[in-house]
Amino acid sequence: MNLDARIPSGPIAEKWNRAKFELKLVNPANKRKYSVIVVGSGLAGGAAAATLAELGYNVACFCFQDTPRRAHSIAAQGGINAAKNYQNDGDSIHRLFYDTVKGGDFRAREANVHRLAEVSVDIIDQCVAQGVPFAREYGGTLANRSFGGAQVSRTFYARGQTGQQLLIGVYQALARQIAAGKVTMFNRTEMLDVVTVDGRAAGIVVRDLVTGKIESHSAHAVILATGGYGNVFYLSTNAMGSNVTATYRAYKRGAAFANPCYTQIHPTCIPVSGDYQSKLTLMSESLRNDGRIWVPKKAEDVAKASKDPASIPDEDRDYYLERKYPSYGNLSPRDIASRAAKEACDDGRGVGPGGRGVYLDFRDAIKRDSQAKIAEKYGNLFDMYARITGENPYRQPMRIYPAVHYTMGGLWVDYHLQSTIPGMFVLGEANFSDHGANRLGASALMQGLADGYFIISYTLGHYLAGINAATGKVGTDHPEFKRVEADVKGRVDKLMSIGAKGKRTVDSFHKALGNIMWEKCGMARTKEGLTEALKAIPALREEFWQDVKVLGERETFNQSLEKAGRVADFLEFAELMCQDALEREESCGGHFRTEYQEAGEAKRDDDRFCHVAAWEYQGEDKKPVRHVEPLTFETVKLATRSYK
Amino acid sequence: MSWFVSYVRSSVGAKQLMAVTGLGLVLFAIVHMIGHLGMFSGRNSYNAYAHFLQGLGGLKWIARGGLLTIFVVHMLTGISLARANAAARPQKYVVQRYTRTTFYARTMALTGLVVLAFIVYHLMHFTLGWIQPDYFHHLDDKGRYDAYSMFVLGFKNTGILISYLVAVTLLCLHLAHGAGSWLQSLGLNHPKYEVITKNAGPALALILIAGYLAPPLGVAFNLIKL
Amino acid sequence: MSDMNLTLHIWRQAKGTAAGAMKTYQVKGISEHASFLEMLDVLNEQLQEKGEEPVAFDSDCREGICGMCSLVINGRPHGPDAGTTTCQLHMRRFKNGDEIYVEPFRAGAFPVVRDLCVDRKAFDDIVAAGGYVTANVGSAPDANAVPIPKEQADRAFDAAACIGCGACVAACPNSSAMLFTAAKVAHLAHLPQGQPERLRRVKAMVTAMDAAGFGNCSNHYECEAACPKGISKDYIALMNRDYAKSVFVAKDAKAGSDGAG
Repeated sequence: MNLDARIPSGPIAEKWNRAKFELKLVNPANKRKYSVIVVGSGLAGGAAAATLAELGYNVACFCFQDTPRRAHSIAAQGGINAAKNYQNDGDSIHRLFYDTVKGGDFRAREANVHRLAEVSVDIIDQCVAQGVPFAREYGGTLANRSFGGAQVSRTFYARGQTGQQLLIGVYQALARQIAAGKVTMFNRTEMLDVVTVDGRAAGIVVRDLVTGKIESHSAHAVILATGGYGNVFYLSTNAMGSNVTATYRAYKRGAAFANPCYTQIHPTCIPVSGDYQSKLTLMSESLRNDGRIWVPKKAEDVAKASKDPASIPDEDRDYYLERKYPSYGNLSPRDIASRAAKEACDDGRGVGPGGRGVYLDFRDAIKRDSQAKIAEKYGNLFDMYARITGENPYRQPMRIYPAVHYTMGGLWVDYHLQSTIPGMFVLGEANFSDHGANRLGASALMQGLADGYFIISYTLGHYLAGINAATGKVGTDHPEFKRVEADVKGRVDKLMSIGAKGKRTVDSFHKALGNIMWEKCGMARTKEGLTEALKAIPALREEFWQDVKVLGERETFNQSLEKAGRVADFLEFAELMCQDALEREESCGGHFRTEYQEAGEAKRDDDRFCHVAAWEYQGEDKKPVRHVEPLTFETVKLATRSYK
Repeated sequence: MSWFVSYVRSSVGAKQLMAVTGLGLVLFAIVHMIGHLGMFSGRNSYNAYAHFLQGLGGLKWIARGGLLTIFVVHMLTGISLARANAAARPQKYVVQRYTRTTFYARTMALTGLVVLAFIVYHLMHFTLGWIQPDYFHHLDDKGRYDAYSMFVLGFKNTGILISYLVAVTLLCLHLAHGAGSWLQSLGLNHPKYEVITKNAGPALALILIAGYLAPPLGVAFNLIKL
Repeated sequence: MSDMNLTLHIWRQAKGTAAGAMKTYQVKGISEHASFLEMLDVLNEQLQEKGEEPVAFDSDCREGICGMCSLVINGRPHGPDAGTTTCQLHMRRFKNGDEIYVEPFRAGAFPVVRDLCVDRKAFDDIVAAGGYVTANVGSAPDANAVPIPKEQADRAFDAAACIGCGACVAACPNSSAMLFTAAKVAHLAHLPQGQPERLRRVKAMVTAMDAAGFGNCSNHYECEAACPKGISKDYIALMNRDYAKSVFVAKDAKAGSDGAG
């Protein structure tokens, strides 16, 4: 397997400029002769579809929701980073680059990260030009706030709904191209497989979720921007529909899957309240700017603290992040803050039902700034918390607990964002590229838009320039399309035929899988746990294919069938994740192996694991092959991360 | 002028047409009410007012024509909007609960149609003189049409009085929504003056209902007599 | 804390072209901390165990921002609480023994896909007609080049907070989409970047809205009451004003006048 990352030569700060000049171009009149498939309509996919259409390519864009504006990018609350240095507080492209590499625990590719930091400034300009209503100062200039893992204020935000506002900007740009006839939009259409012809991506097979019809689409290139796989845990902050199917299917067709074990557990989510729970709700990390996190110092105070937190005097509270990491305090990176919360709860000092919660307290901030000020900053988050829990966070501290939030792993891509299948590009959370083993807050939106607005337009052009417009696209009547279509139909038929007699619902399988993953492959992983998971998952999968219940019909709007297909893929993918976690015998970022720690802190093993693990599919019931792309750090020196 | 046709056919244009014609009708209703309050100043001055209006000649017909046009446009546009609105939800809700709107806003089409019927009757009564022809041709001692006595004699009839009370109440319900709504339709609102824009309709409706009911009730209670 | 037993009356309709009807279900043991959609999840698990097809309903983010969830609950879009989407409505709002009517958002322009799911593509068409700023990637000036007063940016945000769920249409006695359209018009009308296309935008969007078959606004303001994001009816007034301007004041573009030399 060829894992050449195609990183341009030259000093790090010049690589992208050099690449932009060296990449081949498609002349304006020829662009209209090429067609591109974009799967996903979030910040990465929507932005790519709109931008490529602006350039003149013919784009077909697919989303499983009822309209492209619902993509899960919308749920990002806190903000988007950019190295604008509008606050004159010492920020620069180099510092954003440095923070991201360090925050990612030295498991990201330097060149990609530097490019991300470079284009971050253009993203803000573009969004403002589109009418994104970012927060502003009275003088009319843009406001910023700080976020975990950074000592500068570089985060741009739109109240607690930054993702929504950015996505609306993308959606508007996309809508304009739909009206112009340059983008054909397929709503409620789910990609179920990739078609390759002569080793190149040739198109996709989809299911129209309303009619249930299986159809093929072909193009000169395929872009996947289908988000992350956090829902493998069943409970996560992801949307209900978020799934791994598109990327996992691509993996089975030859795309390498990189670092699947890297999952981010977000420290500030609302704790689980019962077994009916369908998802976990995130409270923006920005709350950590003003809220102080604590648990009682003594386990015997837990009952009292859970009943009336105000009754615990300051000297009996353990503000553990401030204690352990004095320079970053409550703004420590996510992986560190999450693990610290878990440790406090494992220590028997967690508060609330089941002892699975810590307090995020605004008492001091309200005293300092007034309730009105706090309400202005976080009002909608406080309201959301009150609605979900029935508690008033202005009066009593919020209860929070870590939850699965983001997946840094994804399909392997080179510097061009191309997967190991030529002609198939992967953007946003769906690829593995920029965040290493841990993503910093407010960087996901940045990466999605960087990929979609500013990178793919260059690198895709380079690929297309080498493809003949007339002969480079095969028709959907090509035998390979027919073969993949038959595969997809076969799978659907199989689900339906088992489903009619099955006894256990899709959700119950999904919950069972989620339990295994959370227990064995969650915040802390061990060799034993992962080995157990690697036995339990195939057993559960087997039961699924014997006993899953899917009612209704194939060619109708059938939500159980949709879910069944997604859970079937999660049941295979989970195994790959555990395998990756097992073989990465170190702790780094979001991947914490209990065996590898030093004085309670994660211990990286740069000698053995300073690389990307890219898995190659070998066939049903065969162990995938683990390939390695070594990571070299020329600009940022490899060092132990310290936030103390 | 095709742009104007497409304007009045658009949803916003149609509602602005309703607003402008409605506003014209409201202004007429106010003037008409003030005129009738003249009943309290006695036969002589009321008949002088009626005589003055009658003597306007061509101007009178222009005003009548204009008023009729406004009225017809308001009515036809209203009917077509009501039909389109009903068609926009082919399958109704089994349960639907309103929280903001008022019963008078939701019965605009109905009150509008009743008011239409009443206005036809009203014209037949006081303008064409078909309902009580006996009272229609009285002259006063100065040789003018004796509108004053026609009015008083008319409202001495209990049936006519009651129908008038009912119709005026419905008209005012219609205006309670309409007389404030036009501000929103034409975009003449501002959060600072919301207290005015929000209450203009009901306030005006109250004034009109008082103004319109005073003379006939005056007749009924013998404050206005022959 | 007690679990609830409820009687649900739910609209069932196999597909868009089929006839639908209300069906009654009993659901037991619902926690007060569950969300309304989680209550429906429980119902669906119970139905499937009995071999009945689950009730189709839309939801995605389940945190009140994606706009995918809908439902008219006891006669009100997104249920009884102000400023709340269905996914954020919690069962503590109900009590043991309650009867709850659940229907899809109803409007001719929102045809039912199945059960409680409707097709809201008409909203996409309205935005595509002009709800954007023409600003190709690459052409943007520095983000701080044009200062925007905070008050104005805030007002733009208030309008941009629309999640496109369609509750305004569902609540309107006339199935009008004025609040949705006005929110987009107002979002961009409050920003300097939105000015060049301001009047052509409002005209195009109103035209698309009318073409989609929505009803007409008659100022009931049920939309404002139902909107989970508190979008103000004042934006409709702004749209009305701008629309009149676009008709009576703006000079219409001449055909072919923008051709390049």
